[in-house]
This record gives sequence, structure tokens and C-alpha cells, in this order.
Amino acid sequence: MRAVIRLIACVFVLGFFAIKSYSFVPNTEQANQKNETYDPVPNIMHHIADAHEWHLWGEEENSFSIPLPVILFTEGHLDVFLSSKFHHGHSTVTKGNRVYSIDSHGHIHEGSGLSVIDISITKNVAFMLISVLLLLLIFISIAKTYNKNKKAPTGFQAFLEPLILFVKDDIIKDNIGPKYEKYTPFLLTVFFFVLINNLMGMLPGSANVTGNIAVTFVLSVFTFIITTISGNKNYWGHIFKPPGVPLALMPIMVPIEIIGIFTKPFALMIRLFANITAGHIIILSLISLIFIAQSAMGNAGAWGVAPVSVLFVLFIYCIELLVAFLQAYIFTLLSAVFIGLAVAEDH
Amino acid sequence: MLLQAQTMDFGAFAAIGAGLAAIGAGIGIGMIGGKALEAMARQPEHSGMIQTNMFIAAALVEGVALFGVVVALLK
Repeated sequence: MRAVIRLIACVFVLGFFAIKSYSFVPNTEQANQKNETYDPVPNIMHHIADAHEWHLWGEEENSFSIPLPVILFTEGHLDVFLSSKFHHGHSTVTKGNRVYSIDSHGHIHEGSGLSVIDISITKNVAFMLISVLLLLLIFISIAKTYNKNKKAPTGFQAFLEPLILFVKDDIIKDNIGPKYEKYTPFLLTVFFFVLINNLMGMLPGSANVTGNIAVTFVLSVFTFIITTISGNKNYWGHIFKPPGVPLALMPIMVPIEIIGIFTKPFALMIRLFANITAGHIIILSLISLIFIAQSAMGNAGAWGVAPVSVLFVLFIYCIELLVAFLQAYIFTLLSAVFIGLAVAEDH
Repeated sequence: MLLQAQTMDFGAFAAIGAGLAAIGAGIGIGMIGGKALEAMARQPEHSGMIQTNMFIAAALVEGVALFGVVVALLK
């Protein structure tokens, strides 16, 4: 009996998290007058894209967002100001002789066409800094208790230490071989960075960090640089002189191997980006079903569709939890395999 | 007829493309899962290793399917 009550309570808590953000509420009077069905695409894109402000709740006039600093580097001048000065694109900001305006996609342009290097603290950057802080807090405290406490670990350390050992033994040591210790810091960092950002991106009001292709691009560039730098003679030999290949096939095999150097990290990038973004889009679309039903059938339709929609969202949320772990595991595993290929000895 | 195609909305083709990619992923991962289950039934003592390799292969297949989804998203 108590187990059933606990289960129902858990379902309610998960259901609360399933309603990702209150800013979905559309302007119903406008929609009813124009007699158009609710278009979910702008809202969905807004939730997975990066922005210069952190939008928490509300819609247009009564929206609450935290303005983030805009840092621009134009022709040798560094301009810093809060993004609230743009007033959602309605006004321009003048610094010296430079006039900045922001367009509907969030890109900043300068009035006389000067090239602007945008290094602002956007929502993704701010969220990444928060998750990095969280990672540092967790792992530095675990390292300290590991060094101090020679007894069996308790609490949070007991949860994370098996995971760290699993990554080290089953992913890194098995795939790289004898020289694995040099690459452990990078691969462990990649695993937990991707895992923490995947998981925290599921919370309401958070930013979609690992679903941003620039972030996954940088992670895969790191893997590419490490494999290329640590490639030994065997690695380059296999690429430019694949063993056991007859001479007639060499003109085909060697270009394929050379392209393969680049496609492997490229696939890493696309795999993580697409998995996480697709998961977010599915959840957001299922919640948008409620509002589409509202605009098509009125409030009764919305209330009718809501339980079904929330149940589906719960189901997809559980799958997305699995995908968060799986994608972190796969990214680290494939990076370890590529590094292992690069440092493999002659056999 | 070519002019007609140029002024058409490509959103429908993108949706069809994404659906075909999903079919590909479904078939691929279904086959991987089926073979893995068969192997686990034949040799239960190796299920851990079989399961690990199943996840790896499934993620690779899904990566390829998601290439298609990303191209569909671009439209």
C-alpha cells in the first residue's frame, strides 16, 4: 500500500517536471479571433535555441527573463552591455560610433556593416558555467574524501566512485590498452561533462547545451586533436598503406581512409547533437499537442488531451534519461576506441 | 512541372525523409536487438558482453539515422 502511494507521488513529481515551461501559454484571444490553429514551431525552436537572455516564464508583455551580458569585439573595441538594452529587438545600442541592433534570430549586427565578433555570455554559456561549477564541486569533494578516508566510501562518493571506475576500466583501459593513463583525465571529463549537461538539460527552464552543435563540435575537435597528435607509425601506416590491400585498390582505399580521419569525429558530433535535440523536440511537441488541441477544440479539448499528452511525455522522459547516459557512454567509448586505434602497437 | 516543384513547400519532403530515416533506424536496431537476444539465449553466461556490444552497435546505427533527421531539420 505504501509502495503504491510512493509510486503515485513519484508519478506526480515526474509529471511536474514534464511540463517543461509555463511560457507555452499562447495568446488565446488573438488565436480565437484569427481562427488559426496554434503553431508550435516558433515556441519549440525558442526552447532549444541559444539566446542572449535567460527566459524563465511568461509570454511577451509579462515575460520574466534574466538579461545576460553582451560582449562584442568590433574593430579593436570591446563593448560590454546587458542584453536588456535591446528591449527584445525594439531599440539599438550605441557605443562610441558603433550602432548595434539585434534581429529576430538573435544575431547582432552593426549599423555600418563592420564585422562583429560576438563573444557574449549567452544562455548556453551561462548554463555551461553553472554545470562546470557543479562538476568541480562534486569531483573535488570526492577526490578529497578519497584521499583522506581510507575506509569504504559512503553517500555521494559511493554513488559516483563505481561509475568512475566503470568508465576507467571498461571504457578506457579496455579500449586503449597499456598506455591508458595519459588519456584518462580527458575521457573522464568528457563523459561527466556530457552526462551532467544531458541530465541538467532535462530540467524546466534550463539551456540545451549538448544539443548545441557548436558545443559538440568542440568536444569532437578535442578528440580529433588527441587522436591525430598521439598517432604512431602504425596508425599513419594503416591509413596511407592499408595492409593486405592489392595495389589496384590502393587509389580507392587511401582516399577513403583519409576521409575516414575526418568523418569519425564528425559522426561523434552529429550523433550527440541530433540525439539530444531530437529528444527535446519530441517532448516539446507532445506538450504543444495540448495547445494545438486548445486552439482547435477549445478548453474542453485541451483538458481531454492533457492526461494523454502528459503520460506520453513521462514515457519519453524516461527514454531520454536512458539516452542521456547512453550518449555520454557512446561518446566516451568511441573516443576511447579512436585513441586506442591511434596508439595501437604492432600485432 | 519543374517550375511547379521549385515553388512547392519542401517541408513535406523533409517530413517524409525523416520518417524514412526512422524506418531505417527501426529495422537496424530491431535486427541488432533480435540477434543479441538470440545470442544471450544460447550463451547466458556471456550476456553482459553481448549487451554492451548491442548498445554500441545500436548507437552507431542510430547515429546514421540521425544524419537523416538533421538534414530534415535543416528544411
